[in-house]
Amino acid sequence: MSSIYHDILLDHYKNPRNFGNLKNANKKTTISNPVCGDKINMMIRLKGGKIKDIKFSGQGCVISTASTSLLTEYIKNKPLTTFCKKVVRDKKTSYMVTLDKDFILELLNIHIGPVRLKCALLPLEALKKLLK
Amino acid sequence: MLPIKQDFPIFKNNPDLIYLDSAATSLKPKSVIDALCMYYEKYSANVGRAIYKLSQDATQAYEDSRSAVAEFISADPDEIVFTRNTTESLNLLAYTLGKNIKPGDKIVTSIMEHHSNFVPWQQLAKQKKAQLNIIDIDDEGRLDLSNLQKLITQKTKIVTLTYVSNVLGTINPIASIIKKIKQINPKTTIIIDAAQAVSHIPINVKRLGADFIAFSAHKMFGPTGVGILWGKKEKLINLPPYLFGGEMIEEVNIKNTTFKDPPYKFEAGTPSITEIIVFKQALSYIQKIGFENIQKHEQQVIEYALHTLQKEFKNNIKILGTKNIKQRIGVLTFSFAHYHPHDISQILDEDHICVRSGHHCAMPLHTRLKLPASTRASFHIYNSYEDVDKLVAGLKKVEKILQ
Repeated sequence: MSSIYHDILLDHYKNPRNFGNLKNANKKTTISNPVCGDKINMMIRLKGGKIKDIKFSGQGCVISTASTSLLTEYIKNKPLTTFCKKVVRDKKTSYMVTLDKDFILELLNIHIGPVRLKCALLPLEALKKLLK
Repeated sequence: MLPIKQDFPIFKNNPDLIYLDSAATSLKPKSVIDALCMYYEKYSANVGRAIYKLSQDATQAYEDSRSAVAEFISADPDEIVFTRNTTESLNLLAYTLGKNIKPGDKIVTSIMEHHSNFVPWQQLAKQKKAQLNIIDIDDEGRLDLSNLQKLITQKTKIVTLTYVSNVLGTINPIASIIKKIKQINPKTTIIIDAAQAVSHIPINVKRLGADFIAFSAHKMFGPTGVGILWGKKEKLINLPPYLFGGEMIEEVNIKNTTFKDPPYKFEAGTPSITEIIVFKQALSYIQKIGFENIQKHEQQVIEYALHTLQKEFKNNIKILGTKNIKQRIGVLTFSFAHYHPHDISQILDEDHICVRSGHHCAMPLHTRLKLPASTRASFHIYNSYEDVDKLVAGLKKVEKILQ
Protein backbone atom coordinates (compact mmCIF):
# COMPACT_ATOMS: atom_id res chain seq x y z
CA MET A 1 0.00 0.00 0.00
CA SER A 2 1.48 3.35 -0.94
CA SER A 3 1.70 5.95 1.78
CA ILE A 4 -0.58 8.97 1.90
CA TYR A 5 2.28 10.69 3.67
CA HIS A 6 3.95 12.04 0.54
CA ASP A 7 6.78 14.56 0.63
CA ILE A 8 4.76 17.75 0.11
CA LEU A 9 2.38 16.76 2.88
CA LEU A 10 5.22 16.00 5.28
CA ASP A 11 7.01 19.19 4.35
CA HIS A 12 3.94 21.26 5.21
CA TYR A 13 3.59 19.31 8.47
CA LYS A 14 7.19 19.73 9.51
CA ASN A 15 7.54 23.32 8.25
CA PRO A 16 4.02 24.71 8.30
CA ARG A 17 3.63 27.93 6.31
CA ASN A 18 1.96 30.93 7.94
CA PHE A 19 2.40 29.38 11.37
CA GLY A 20 2.44 31.70 14.37
CA ASN A 21 0.52 34.67 15.70
CA LEU A 22 -0.85 37.59 13.72
CA LYS A 23 -0.54 40.76 15.79
CA ASN A 24 -2.67 43.03 13.63
CA ALA A 25 -5.39 40.47 12.92
CA ASN A 26 -8.91 41.87 12.63
CA LYS A 27 -10.57 38.45 12.83
CA LYS A 28 -9.73 35.39 14.90
CA THR A 29 -11.31 32.02 15.47
CA THR A 30 -10.58 28.67 17.09
CA ILE A 31 -11.90 25.38 15.88
CA SER A 32 -11.33 21.94 17.32
CA ASN A 33 -12.06 18.31 16.69
CA PRO A 34 -12.85 16.72 20.05
CA VAL A 35 -12.46 13.24 18.57
CA CYS A 36 -8.70 13.61 18.28
CA GLY A 37 -7.97 16.81 20.19
CA ASP A 38 -6.90 18.79 17.13
CA LYS A 39 -7.16 22.54 17.56
CA ILE A 40 -6.60 25.35 15.08
CA ASN A 41 -6.45 29.03 15.92
CA MET A 42 -6.80 31.01 12.70
CA MET A 43 -6.16 34.74 12.45
CA ILE A 44 -6.64 36.96 9.41
CA ARG A 45 -6.16 40.59 8.44
CA LEU A 46 -8.93 41.43 6.04
CA LYS A 47 -8.45 44.58 3.96
CA GLY A 48 -9.67 45.77 0.60
CA GLY A 49 -11.45 42.57 -0.31
CA LYS A 50 -8.38 40.46 0.31
CA ILE A 51 -6.94 38.39 3.11
CA LYS A 52 -3.78 40.50 3.39
CA ASP A 53 -2.28 38.25 6.03
CA ILE A 54 -3.15 34.95 7.67
CA LYS A 55 -1.55 32.91 10.43
CA PHE A 56 -2.49 29.82 12.36
CA SER A 57 -1.40 28.11 15.53
CA GLY A 58 -2.47 25.09 17.52
CA GLN A 59 -1.85 21.37 17.44
CA GLY A 60 -2.88 18.74 15.00
CA CYS A 61 -2.09 15.64 13.05
CA VAL A 62 -0.17 15.60 9.77
CA ILE A 63 -3.34 15.90 7.70
CA SER A 64 -4.91 18.80 9.57
CA THR A 65 -1.62 20.70 9.91
CA ALA A 66 -0.62 20.25 6.26
CA SER A 67 -4.15 21.05 5.13
CA THR A 68 -4.15 24.29 7.10
CA SER A 69 -0.70 25.24 5.86
CA LEU A 70 -1.63 24.59 2.22
CA LEU A 71 -4.96 26.37 2.50
CA THR A 72 -3.49 29.50 4.11
CA GLU A 73 -0.86 29.59 1.38
CA TYR A 74 -3.54 29.33 -1.28
CA ILE A 75 -5.87 32.06 -0.02
CA LYS A 76 -3.30 34.61 1.14
CA ASN A 77 -3.42 37.81 -0.92
CA LYS A 78 -6.02 36.43 -3.34
CA PRO A 79 -9.15 38.53 -3.88
CA LEU A 80 -11.90 37.06 -1.69
CA THR A 81 -14.03 36.67 -4.78
CA THR A 82 -11.75 33.86 -5.99
CA PHE A 83 -12.98 31.60 -3.25
CA CYS A 84 -16.00 33.39 -1.77
CA LYS A 85 -19.45 34.54 -2.76
CA LYS A 86 -20.29 37.99 -1.48
CA VAL A 87 -23.49 38.11 0.57
CA VAL A 88 -25.09 41.45 1.52
CA ARG A 89 -27.87 41.27 4.04
CA ASP A 90 -29.24 44.24 6.02
CA LYS A 91 -26.38 46.36 4.66
CA LYS A 92 -23.90 43.93 6.23
CA THR A 93 -21.42 42.21 3.98
CA SER A 94 -20.35 38.65 4.63
CA TYR A 95 -18.67 36.02 2.52
CA MET A 96 -19.69 32.47 1.76
CA VAL A 97 -16.64 30.32 1.20
CA THR A 98 -17.04 28.35 -2.01
CA LEU A 99 -14.10 25.98 -1.45
CA ASP A 100 -15.22 22.42 -0.79
CA LYS A 101 -14.09 18.96 0.18
CA ASP A 102 -12.89 18.09 -3.31
CA PHE A 103 -10.80 21.26 -3.49
CA ILE A 104 -9.06 20.43 -0.20
CA LEU A 105 -8.40 16.82 -1.22
CA GLU A 106 -6.94 18.03 -4.48
CA LEU A 107 -4.78 20.50 -2.59
CA LEU A 108 -3.57 17.68 -0.34
CA ASN A 109 -3.37 15.25 -3.24
CA ILE A 110 -4.55 12.27 -1.16
CA HIS A 111 -7.41 9.84 -0.85
CA ILE A 112 -8.62 9.41 2.71
CA GLY A 113 -11.41 7.67 4.56
CA PRO A 114 -14.31 9.38 6.32
CA VAL A 115 -12.58 9.58 9.71
CA ARG A 116 -9.54 11.45 8.40
CA LEU A 117 -11.70 13.69 6.21
CA LYS A 118 -12.64 15.62 9.32
CA CYS A 119 -8.93 16.34 9.92
CA ALA A 120 -8.47 17.57 6.36
CA LEU A 121 -11.52 19.83 6.47
CA LEU A 122 -10.79 21.41 9.84
CA PRO A 123 -9.07 24.54 8.38
CA LEU A 124 -11.92 25.01 5.92
CA GLU A 125 -14.35 25.04 8.82
CA ALA A 126 -12.21 27.69 10.50
CA LEU A 127 -12.10 29.82 7.36
CA LYS A 128 -15.86 29.58 6.91
CA LYS A 129 -16.35 30.70 10.49
CA LEU A 130 -14.00 33.65 9.98
CA LEU A 131 -15.67 34.99 6.85
CA LYS A 132 -19.28 34.45 7.84
CA MET B 1 1.19 -19.90 22.59
CA LEU B 2 -2.10 -21.13 21.21
CA PRO B 3 -2.26 -22.07 17.51
CA ILE B 4 -5.52 -20.20 17.14
CA LYS B 5 -5.24 -18.16 13.93
CA GLN B 6 -6.38 -21.14 11.84
CA ASP B 7 -9.81 -21.03 13.51
CA PHE B 8 -10.44 -17.54 12.10
CA PRO B 9 -11.15 -17.42 8.34
CA ILE B 10 -10.40 -13.68 8.18
CA PHE B 11 -6.68 -14.51 8.34
CA LYS B 12 -7.03 -16.77 5.30
CA ASN B 13 -8.58 -13.92 3.33
CA ASN B 14 -6.16 -11.31 4.73
CA PRO B 15 -2.88 -13.17 5.25
CA ASP B 16 -1.03 -9.99 6.26
CA LEU B 17 -3.59 -8.87 8.80
CA ILE B 18 -2.28 -7.87 12.23
CA TYR B 19 -5.50 -7.35 14.14
CA LEU B 20 -4.95 -5.38 17.33
CA ASP B 21 -8.44 -4.03 17.95
CA SER B 22 -10.22 -6.79 19.83
CA ALA B 23 -11.29 -4.37 22.55
CA ALA B 24 -13.50 -2.77 19.89
CA THR B 25 -14.73 -6.06 18.49
CA SER B 26 -13.27 -9.54 18.35
CA LEU B 27 -12.83 -11.60 15.22
CA LYS B 28 -15.18 -14.53 14.58
CA PRO B 29 -14.19 -18.19 14.42
CA LYS B 30 -15.39 -20.46 11.60
CA SER B 31 -17.86 -22.28 13.84
CA VAL B 32 -19.72 -19.00 14.46
CA ILE B 33 -19.73 -18.01 10.80
CA ASP B 34 -20.93 -21.46 9.71
CA ALA B 35 -23.76 -21.38 12.22
CA LEU B 36 -24.96 -18.04 10.80
CA CYS B 37 -25.38 -19.64 7.37
CA MET B 38 -26.97 -22.72 8.83
CA TYR B 39 -29.84 -20.75 10.37
CA TYR B 40 -30.60 -18.97 7.12
CA GLU B 41 -30.30 -22.14 5.07
CA LYS B 42 -32.07 -24.60 7.35
CA TYR B 43 -34.57 -23.10 9.78
CA SER B 44 -34.91 -19.40 9.09
CA ALA B 45 -38.16 -18.44 10.86
CA ASN B 46 -39.35 -16.03 13.53
CA VAL B 47 -39.33 -17.16 17.13
CA GLY B 48 -42.01 -17.51 19.77
CA ARG B 49 -45.21 -17.23 17.81
CA ALA B 50 -45.83 -19.90 15.23
CA ILE B 51 -46.84 -23.50 15.62
CA TYR B 52 -45.09 -24.83 12.52
CA LYS B 53 -41.96 -26.88 13.00
CA LEU B 54 -39.45 -24.48 11.48
CA SER B 55 -40.43 -21.77 13.92
CA GLN B 56 -40.40 -24.25 16.78
CA ASP B 57 -36.84 -25.20 15.85
CA ALA B 58 -35.78 -21.58 15.74
CA THR B 59 -37.45 -20.90 19.09
CA GLN B 60 -35.75 -23.92 20.61
CA ALA B 61 -32.33 -22.80 19.32
CA TYR B 62 -33.03 -19.27 20.60
CA GLU B 63 -33.86 -20.54 24.07
CA ASP B 64 -30.90 -22.95 23.99
CA SER B 65 -28.70 -19.92 23.49
CA ARG B 66 -30.27 -18.21 26.50
CA SER B 67 -29.52 -21.31 28.57
CA ALA B 68 -25.95 -21.37 27.27
CA VAL B 69 -25.42 -17.74 28.32
CA ALA B 70 -26.92 -18.51 31.72
CA GLU B 71 -24.62 -21.47 32.19
CA PHE B 72 -21.63 -19.39 31.04
CA ILE B 73 -22.06 -16.93 33.92
CA SER B 74 -23.69 -19.36 36.42
CA ALA B 75 -27.12 -17.75 36.23
CA ASP B 76 -30.68 -18.91 35.56
CA PRO B 77 -32.00 -18.68 31.98
CA ASP B 78 -34.89 -16.41 32.97
CA GLU B 79 -32.37 -13.90 34.31
CA ILE B 80 -30.86 -13.43 30.83
CA VAL B 81 -32.33 -10.58 28.76
CA PHE B 82 -31.23 -10.21 25.15
CA THR B 83 -30.73 -6.63 23.96
CA ARG B 84 -28.84 -5.14 21.01
CA ASN B 85 -25.59 -4.37 22.83
CA THR B 86 -24.05 -3.39 26.16
CA THR B 87 -25.08 0.21 25.58
CA GLU B 88 -28.72 -0.79 25.24
CA SER B 89 -28.51 -3.00 28.34
CA LEU B 90 -27.16 -0.08 30.36
CA ASN B 91 -29.70 2.36 28.92
CA LEU B 92 -32.48 -0.09 29.76
CA LEU B 93 -31.30 0.07 33.36
CA ALA B 94 -30.90 3.86 33.43
CA TYR B 95 -34.41 4.23 32.03
CA THR B 96 -36.17 1.69 34.26
CA LEU B 97 -34.24 2.16 37.49
CA GLY B 98 -34.35 5.88 36.83
CA LYS B 99 -38.09 5.99 37.42
CA ASN B 100 -37.44 5.63 41.15
CA ILE B 101 -34.61 8.17 41.37
CA LYS B 102 -35.55 11.29 43.32
CA PRO B 103 -33.92 14.71 43.73
CA GLY B 104 -30.92 14.44 46.04
CA ASP B 105 -30.39 10.71 45.43
CA LYS B 106 -26.84 9.66 44.58
CA ILE B 107 -25.55 7.71 41.62
CA VAL B 108 -21.93 6.57 41.69
CA THR B 109 -19.76 5.75 38.69
CA SER B 110 -16.06 6.08 37.87
CA ILE B 111 -13.79 8.22 35.72
CA MET B 112 -12.62 5.18 33.73
CA GLU B 113 -16.05 4.32 32.29
CA HIS B 114 -16.85 3.93 28.63
CA HIS B 115 -19.35 6.61 27.55
CA SER B 116 -22.04 3.91 27.50
CA ASN B 117 -21.77 3.57 31.27
CA PHE B 118 -21.29 7.26 31.89
CA VAL B 119 -23.60 9.33 29.73
CA PRO B 120 -26.88 7.48 30.59
CA TRP B 121 -26.24 8.09 34.31
CA GLN B 122 -25.05 11.66 33.84
CA GLN B 123 -28.24 12.41 31.90
CA LEU B 124 -30.43 10.61 34.43
CA ALA B 125 -28.84 12.59 37.27
CA LYS B 126 -29.52 15.83 35.39
CA GLN B 127 -33.16 14.94 34.67
CA LYS B 128 -33.88 13.86 38.23
CA LYS B 129 -31.71 16.47 39.99
CA ALA B 130 -29.77 13.61 41.51
CA GLN B 131 -26.06 13.74 42.34
CA LEU B 132 -23.50 11.99 40.15
CA ASN B 133 -20.42 10.97 42.14
CA ILE B 134 -17.33 9.86 40.27
CA ILE B 135 -14.67 7.53 41.64
CA ASP B 136 -11.21 8.70 40.59
CA ILE B 137 -8.16 6.64 39.60
CA ASP B 138 -4.66 6.52 41.07
CA ASP B 139 -1.41 7.10 39.17
CA GLU B 140 -1.31 3.49 38.03
CA GLY B 141 -4.79 3.66 36.54
CA ARG B 142 -6.54 1.72 39.29
CA LEU B 143 -9.77 2.83 40.96
CA ASP B 144 -9.04 5.02 43.95
CA LEU B 145 -11.27 3.43 46.58
CA SER B 146 -9.85 5.33 49.55
CA ASN B 147 -13.01 7.35 50.11
CA LEU B 148 -15.55 4.64 49.29
CA GLN B 149 -16.73 4.64 52.90
CA LYS B 150 -17.62 8.32 52.58
CA LEU B 151 -18.97 8.11 49.05
CA ILE B 152 -21.57 5.40 49.66
CA THR B 153 -24.39 6.65 51.85
CA GLN B 154 -28.04 5.78 52.43
CA LYS B 155 -28.81 8.14 49.55
CA THR B 156 -26.70 6.08 47.11
CA LYS B 157 -29.27 4.34 44.94
CA ILE B 158 -27.04 3.09 42.13
CA VAL B 159 -23.37 2.23 41.77
CA THR B 160 -22.30 1.39 38.23
CA LEU B 161 -18.73 0.37 37.42
CA THR B 162 -16.76 -1.26 34.69
CA TYR B 163 -15.11 -4.59 35.42
CA VAL B 164 -12.21 -3.86 33.06
CA SER B 165 -11.26 -0.47 31.58
CA ASN B 166 -11.39 -0.39 27.78
CA VAL B 167 -8.50 2.11 27.77
CA LEU B 168 -6.28 1.21 30.72
CA GLY B 169 -6.91 -2.52 30.65
CA THR B 170 -7.15 -2.43 34.44
CA ILE B 171 -9.06 -5.29 36.02
CA ASN B 172 -10.99 -3.75 38.89
CA PRO B 173 -11.35 -5.83 42.08
CA ILE B 174 -15.09 -5.88 41.47
CA ALA B 175 -16.10 -8.66 43.89
CA SER B 176 -14.47 -6.98 46.87
CA ILE B 177 -15.77 -3.53 45.85
CA ILE B 178 -19.31 -4.92 45.66
CA LYS B 179 -18.92 -6.55 49.07
CA LYS B 180 -17.78 -3.27 50.64
CA ILE B 181 -20.61 -1.28 49.05
CA LYS B 182 -23.24 -3.80 50.16
CA GLN B 183 -21.83 -3.68 53.71
CA ILE B 184 -22.31 0.08 53.80
CA ASN B 185 -25.68 0.14 52.07
CA PRO B 186 -27.25 -3.22 51.18
CA LYS B 187 -30.03 -1.45 49.27
CA THR B 188 -27.69 0.10 46.70
CA THR B 189 -28.23 -1.40 43.26
CA ILE B 190 -24.89 -2.42 41.77
CA ILE B 191 -24.38 -2.61 38.00
CA ILE B 192 -21.28 -4.00 36.33
CA ASP B 193 -20.28 -3.22 32.75
CA ALA B 194 -18.56 -6.49 31.86
CA ALA B 195 -18.13 -5.81 28.13
CA GLN B 196 -14.33 -5.82 28.27
CA ALA B 197 -14.09 -8.52 30.93
CA VAL B 198 -16.35 -11.33 29.83
CA SER B 199 -14.12 -12.97 27.21
CA HIS B 200 -11.02 -12.68 29.39
CA ILE B 201 -12.17 -13.44 32.93
CA PRO B 202 -14.60 -16.19 34.03
CA ILE B 203 -17.68 -14.60 35.60
CA ASN B 204 -19.86 -16.27 38.17
CA VAL B 205 -22.73 -13.94 38.97
CA LYS B 206 -23.59 -15.82 42.14
CA ARG B 207 -20.12 -15.18 43.54
CA LEU B 208 -19.73 -11.66 42.15
CA GLY B 209 -22.67 -10.24 44.11
CA ALA B 210 -23.76 -7.57 41.61
CA ASP B 211 -27.43 -6.90 40.85
CA PHE B 212 -27.01 -6.40 37.11
CA ILE B 213 -24.33 -7.18 34.55
CA ALA B 214 -24.17 -6.00 30.95
CA PHE B 215 -22.04 -7.28 28.08
CA SER B 216 -21.98 -7.83 24.31
CA ALA B 217 -21.60 -10.96 22.19
CA HIS B 218 -19.42 -9.33 19.54
CA LYS B 219 -16.53 -8.78 21.92
CA MET B 220 -16.52 -12.51 22.75
CA PHE B 221 -16.13 -13.99 19.24
CA GLY B 222 -19.89 -13.80 18.66
CA PRO B 223 -21.95 -11.83 16.15
CA THR B 224 -22.82 -8.15 16.37
CA GLY B 225 -26.31 -7.05 17.40
CA VAL B 226 -26.53 -9.06 20.63
CA GLY B 227 -26.28 -7.50 24.05
CA ILE B 228 -26.89 -9.29 27.30
CA LEU B 229 -28.41 -7.96 30.46
CA TRP B 230 -28.23 -10.25 33.41
CA GLY B 231 -30.23 -9.26 36.48
CA LYS B 232 -31.11 -10.94 39.74
CA LYS B 233 -34.55 -12.46 39.29
CA GLU B 234 -36.31 -10.37 41.93
CA LYS B 235 -34.67 -7.22 40.57
CA LEU B 236 -35.87 -7.94 37.03
CA ILE B 237 -39.39 -8.69 38.25
CA ASN B 238 -39.57 -5.29 39.94
CA LEU B 239 -38.42 -3.31 36.89
CA PRO B 240 -41.02 -1.80 34.57
CA PRO B 241 -40.79 -2.68 30.86
CA TYR B 242 -38.41 -0.63 28.72
CA LEU B 243 -39.88 -1.03 25.23
CA PHE B 244 -43.51 -1.88 24.51
CA GLY B 245 -44.85 -3.93 21.64
CA GLY B 246 -44.89 -7.44 20.28
CA GLU B 247 -43.66 -10.47 22.21
CA MET B 248 -43.49 -8.70 25.58
CA ILE B 249 -47.23 -8.73 26.35
CA GLU B 250 -49.48 -11.29 27.96
CA GLU B 251 -52.84 -9.75 27.16
CA VAL B 252 -53.87 -6.53 25.47
CA ASN B 253 -57.29 -4.92 25.55
CA ILE B 254 -58.38 -1.41 24.66
CA LYS B 255 -57.93 -0.06 28.18
CA ASN B 256 -55.07 -2.14 29.51
CA THR B 257 -52.11 -4.42 28.87
CA THR B 258 -50.51 -7.04 31.04
CA PHE B 259 -46.89 -7.97 30.49
CA LYS B 260 -45.01 -11.24 30.38
CA ASP B 261 -42.57 -12.19 33.12
CA PRO B 262 -38.86 -11.45 32.70
CA PRO B 263 -36.89 -11.92 30.54
CA TYR B 264 -39.63 -11.64 27.85
CA LYS B 265 -41.01 -8.45 29.38
CA PHE B 266 -37.82 -6.73 28.17
CA GLU B 267 -37.63 -8.27 24.70
CA ALA B 268 -40.16 -6.35 22.62
CA GLY B 269 -40.16 -6.89 18.87
CA THR B 270 -38.33 -9.40 16.72
CA PRO B 271 -34.88 -9.85 18.23
CA SER B 272 -31.57 -10.53 16.44
CA ILE B 273 -32.66 -14.16 16.09
CA THR B 274 -29.78 -15.48 14.01
CA GLU B 275 -27.14 -13.69 15.99
CA ILE B 276 -28.54 -14.79 19.32
CA ILE B 277 -28.76 -18.42 18.17
CA VAL B 278 -25.21 -18.30 16.84
CA PHE B 279 -23.88 -16.69 20.00
CA LYS B 280 -24.03 -20.14 21.58
CA GLN B 281 -21.25 -21.27 19.25
CA ALA B 282 -19.06 -18.41 20.44
CA LEU B 283 -19.58 -19.44 24.04
CA SER B 284 -18.71 -23.06 23.19
CA TYR B 285 -15.59 -21.80 21.47
CA ILE B 286 -14.44 -19.94 24.59
CA GLN B 287 -15.26 -22.96 26.74
CA LYS B 288 -13.35 -25.26 24.40
CA ILE B 289 -10.21 -23.14 24.72
CA GLY B 290 -10.76 -22.51 28.40
CA PHE B 291 -10.23 -19.38 30.45
CA GLU B 292 -7.03 -20.73 31.95
CA ASN B 293 -5.47 -20.98 28.48
CA ILE B 294 -6.91 -17.63 27.36
CA GLN B 295 -5.45 -15.84 30.35
CA LYS B 296 -2.09 -17.57 30.12
CA HIS B 297 -1.79 -16.73 26.42
CA GLU B 298 -2.86 -13.16 26.92
CA GLN B 299 -0.48 -12.57 29.83
CA GLN B 300 2.42 -13.94 27.79
CA VAL B 301 1.63 -11.66 24.84
CA ILE B 302 1.01 -8.56 26.95
CA GLU B 303 4.15 -9.13 29.03
CA TYR B 304 6.18 -9.45 25.83
CA ALA B 305 4.52 -6.35 24.37
CA LEU B 306 5.10 -4.22 27.48
CA HIS B 307 8.72 -5.36 27.65
CA THR B 308 9.49 -4.96 23.94
CA LEU B 309 7.83 -1.57 23.49
CA GLN B 310 9.67 -0.15 26.48
CA LYS B 311 12.98 -1.66 25.43
CA GLU B 312 12.67 -0.31 21.87
CA PHE B 313 11.24 3.14 22.51
CA LYS B 314 12.31 3.92 26.09
CA ASN B 315 10.85 7.24 27.27
CA ASN B 316 9.36 7.97 23.86
CA ILE B 317 6.47 5.66 24.62
CA LYS B 318 4.16 6.18 27.55
CA ILE B 319 2.00 3.17 28.29
CA LEU B 320 -1.15 3.88 30.29
CA GLY B 321 -2.31 1.77 33.21
CA THR B 322 -0.65 -0.64 35.57
CA LYS B 323 2.45 -2.61 34.57
CA ASN B 324 1.30 -5.49 36.79
CA ILE B 325 0.13 -8.06 34.24
CA LYS B 326 -2.00 -9.84 36.84
CA GLN B 327 -4.10 -6.69 37.19
CA ARG B 328 -4.68 -6.02 33.51
CA ILE B 329 -5.96 -7.61 30.33
CA GLY B 330 -4.46 -7.38 26.85
CA VAL B 331 -5.42 -3.75 26.24
CA LEU B 332 -2.36 -1.61 25.66
CA THR B 333 -2.96 2.09 25.26
CA PHE B 334 -0.11 4.49 24.77
CA SER B 335 1.10 7.87 23.63
CA PHE B 336 4.14 7.87 21.38
CA ALA B 337 6.46 10.89 21.42
CA HIS B 338 4.64 13.90 19.94
CA TYR B 339 3.15 11.85 17.13
CA HIS B 340 -0.56 12.21 16.65
CA PRO B 341 -2.56 8.99 17.30
CA HIS B 342 -4.37 9.43 13.99
CA ASP B 343 -1.07 9.53 12.11
CA ILE B 344 0.25 6.56 14.06
CA SER B 345 -2.72 4.38 13.20
CA GLN B 346 -2.80 5.59 9.61
CA ILE B 347 0.85 4.65 9.06
CA LEU B 348 0.39 1.31 10.86
CA ASP B 349 -2.56 0.60 8.58
CA GLU B 350 -0.25 0.84 5.58
CA ASP B 351 1.27 -2.42 6.88
CA HIS B 352 -2.14 -3.93 7.72
CA ILE B 353 -1.75 -3.32 11.44
CA CYS B 354 -5.14 -2.43 12.93
CA VAL B 355 -5.01 -0.28 16.04
CA ARG B 356 -7.40 2.35 17.29
CA SER B 357 -6.76 6.02 17.85
CA GLY B 358 -8.80 8.66 19.59
CA HIS B 359 -10.46 8.75 22.98
CA HIS B 360 -11.95 5.24 22.73
CA CYS B 361 -15.35 6.45 23.98
CA ALA B 362 -13.73 7.53 27.25
CA MET B 363 -13.39 11.30 27.08
CA PRO B 364 -13.66 11.94 30.84
CA LEU B 365 -10.76 9.52 31.36
CA HIS B 366 -8.63 11.22 28.69
CA THR B 367 -9.35 14.62 30.23
CA ARG B 368 -8.31 13.20 33.61
CA LEU B 369 -5.08 11.89 32.05
CA LYS B 370 -4.55 15.26 30.27
CA LEU B 371 -4.42 13.50 26.90
CA PRO B 372 -6.45 14.69 23.91
CA ALA B 373 -6.20 11.23 22.37
CA SER B 374 -4.23 7.99 22.55
CA THR B 375 -3.40 4.91 20.49
CA ARG B 376 -4.71 1.53 21.58
CA ALA B 377 -3.48 -1.92 20.61
CA SER B 378 -5.62 -4.66 22.11
CA PHE B 379 -4.66 -8.32 22.05
CA HIS B 380 -6.63 -11.54 22.22
CA ILE B 381 -6.14 -15.24 21.75
CA TYR B 382 -5.27 -15.04 18.05
CA ASN B 383 -2.41 -12.58 18.59
CA SER B 384 1.18 -13.76 18.78
CA TYR B 385 4.65 -12.48 19.66
CA GLU B 386 5.08 -11.93 15.94
CA ASP B 387 2.18 -9.47 15.96
CA VAL B 388 3.96 -7.51 18.69
CA ASP B 389 7.14 -7.49 16.60
CA LYS B 390 5.16 -6.18 13.61
CA LEU B 391 3.71 -3.43 15.81
CA VAL B 392 7.21 -2.46 16.92
CA ALA B 393 8.42 -2.38 13.30
CA GLY B 394 5.38 -0.29 12.38
CA LEU B 395 6.10 2.20 15.15
CA LYS B 396 9.70 2.49 13.95
CA LYS B 397 8.31 3.37 10.54
CA VAL B 398 6.14 6.05 12.19
CA GLU B 399 9.29 7.51 13.74
CA LYS B 400 11.10 7.42 10.42
CA ILE B 401 8.31 9.19 8.52
CA LEU B 402 7.30 11.79 11.08
CA GLN B 403 10.60 12.60 12.80
